Amino acid sequence: MKLRNPFLAPTAILMAITMLAPLAIIVVYSLLTRGAYGGVELPWTIENFTRLWDPVYGVIFVRSFWIAAVATALCLVLGFPLAMFIARSGPRKNLYLSLVILPFWTSFLIRTYAWMFLLRDTGIVNSILQALRIIREPLPLLYNDGAVILGLVYGFLPFMVLPLYATLERLDPSLLEAAADLGARPWDTLVRVTLPLCAPGIRAGAILVFVPCLGTYLTSDLLGGSKTVLIGNLVQNQFTASRDWPFGASLSLALMAIAMVLLFAARRRGEELL
Amino acid sequence: MPPEMVLQLRRVSKDFATQRAVANVSLEIPRGAFFSLLGPSGCGKTTILRMVAGFETPTSGEIWLNGQRIDALPPYQRNVNTVFQSYALFPHLTVQGNIEFGLRHRPVKGSDDFAKGSDDFNRVADVLKQVRLEAKASRRPSELSGGERQRVALARAIILRPDVLLLDEPLSALDPQLRKQVRGELRDLQRRVGVTFLFVTHDQEEALSMSDQIAVMNAGALEQVGTPREIYARPRTRFVADFLGAMNWIDGVGVRPEAVYITPEGRKAVVTGVTYLGSFCHIAMALESGETIHAQVAPGLAYTAGQTVCFTWNREDEVRL
Repeated sequence: MKLRNPFLAPTAILMAITMLAPLAIIVVYSLLTRGAYGGVELPWTIENFTRLWDPVYGVIFVRSFWIAAVATALCLVLGFPLAMFIARSGPRKNLYLSLVILPFWTSFLIRTYAWMFLLRDTGIVNSILQALRIIREPLPLLYNDGAVILGLVYGFLPFMVLPLYATLERLDPSLLEAAADLGARPWDTLVRVTLPLCAPGIRAGAILVFVPCLGTYLTSDLLGGSKTVLIGNLVQNQFTASRDWPFGASLSLALMAIAMVLLFAARRRGEELL
Repeated sequence: MPPEMVLQLRRVSKDFATQRAVANVSLEIPRGAFFSLLGPSGCGKTTILRMVAGFETPTSGEIWLNGQRIDALPPYQRNVNTVFQSYALFPHLTVQGNIEFGLRHRPVKGSDDFAKGSDDFNRVADVLKQVRLEAKASRRPSELSGGERQRVALARAIILRPDVLLLDEPLSALDPQLRKQVRGELRDLQRRVGVTFLFVTHDQEEALSMSDQIAVMNAGALEQVGTPREIYARPRTRFVADFLGAMNWIDGVGVRPEAVYITPEGRKAVVTGVTYLGSFCHIAMALESGETIHAQVAPGLAYTAGQTVCFTWNREDEVRL
């Protein structure tokens, strides 16, 4: 037996217990009938899956995809210049990288609450604007899609910056010199050399941001209010207020299936995922 | 500027944070020449090349290309192209894609620049043929041998017909057998296309065998400029004399080992070492003063260590500084 096997065993057991077992439970639940006070009962049924085709849920899925896509695109647009800046800042690289991951020192929940304090009607932003007499009535900064996207971009930007940084840092600077030497202006060099060579980092970052954004419920719950129902909130509701565990399970499976399809679509031929 | 000088450096200096890389260098490079910058690593030759290409800005001095001052222009506005030491081929593009790269940034008439039969299409085909890579046009750089990569780097640069082609030790990544063959090919190519070459190397044999003119550099400064013959036979500084092949220093004059003869009469010395090198034999001799003299002799002559011999040389082979 290879030496690495005994060391891998704890991880393998942990993965089996924390990933595969819950997944199996979800599959079983999704095929059962809802209990009167939560929980699940027999008989077996596929009704939880046929209900997914209700257009009400289709709208929520599309909205969730849209918000996740916008958040991912914004992370890319904001993260790329930042990653490039860090990759080219020589000895200060490590300092900047630790600043990027600094927010992880506090819980995501607390950081999202902090945004509520900033954005609400009596929050810091509105108070300052009112004190400066720039506005009379508070701006509706909280409880809309914009606030959700802001929260997602804020929360997941590091997951975009880190893989982008990893590819940019490895990029041979003489390739950029060669492009300029052959007449490419900085923008042409970016489009024709830097971006194509960073494609693996862009794909990895996009996946790392898009997938959790798609399943988010905390950000949309706190910053979106009751108006912004995303897939994550829908699933959460089934297990809490609606007490419809089987339907919640089938919704989660649908979300997972779609995310998997997207991951495989994003994978290029002959290339590893991430 | 006289029209025959395509590139001029006027009192160019470059300071980096801790050291002066190039110190007050003035150079004139004739159009169509194969011009080498020769010197040990760290002598500033690559910095000069990078200043001409536009990757570094001179701290002081001027660079003129074809009657235009270029030292403040970005690289993409200078009509010079570079063959990088590592070749710097774009790994995501094919051989053809690499070669076409620069053509796409040139002002072109019409939009069908790569249509079959167009001027640019023919140029790509022509350059591919010149570097014998027609069969590999759709390969990626990672699928090529070292020699093929070097030819792609060359093709990618010469297709733009630069006023000066800058070559940064382009042979150093090749294995020694190939290097000698490529020397001749490079020289032929330069004559055929007529582009001025500014060739940076630390290999004196390379510089001597290929160049029309050589500028020898040391510690950021220019030591001597001249034809290979002048540089080798009439070095003006001790550094140049020693850097271009071995040199014996006897009574204040320099004598190359191949100019030393073993004769029946002359100065006495004791043979201390004999190295057989096939086409000739290298012998080391000790003078009474303890100094060592090196000589090259015909391989058929048998000398042994400990033997006392006499040697001499012709006065016209002496190097006086």
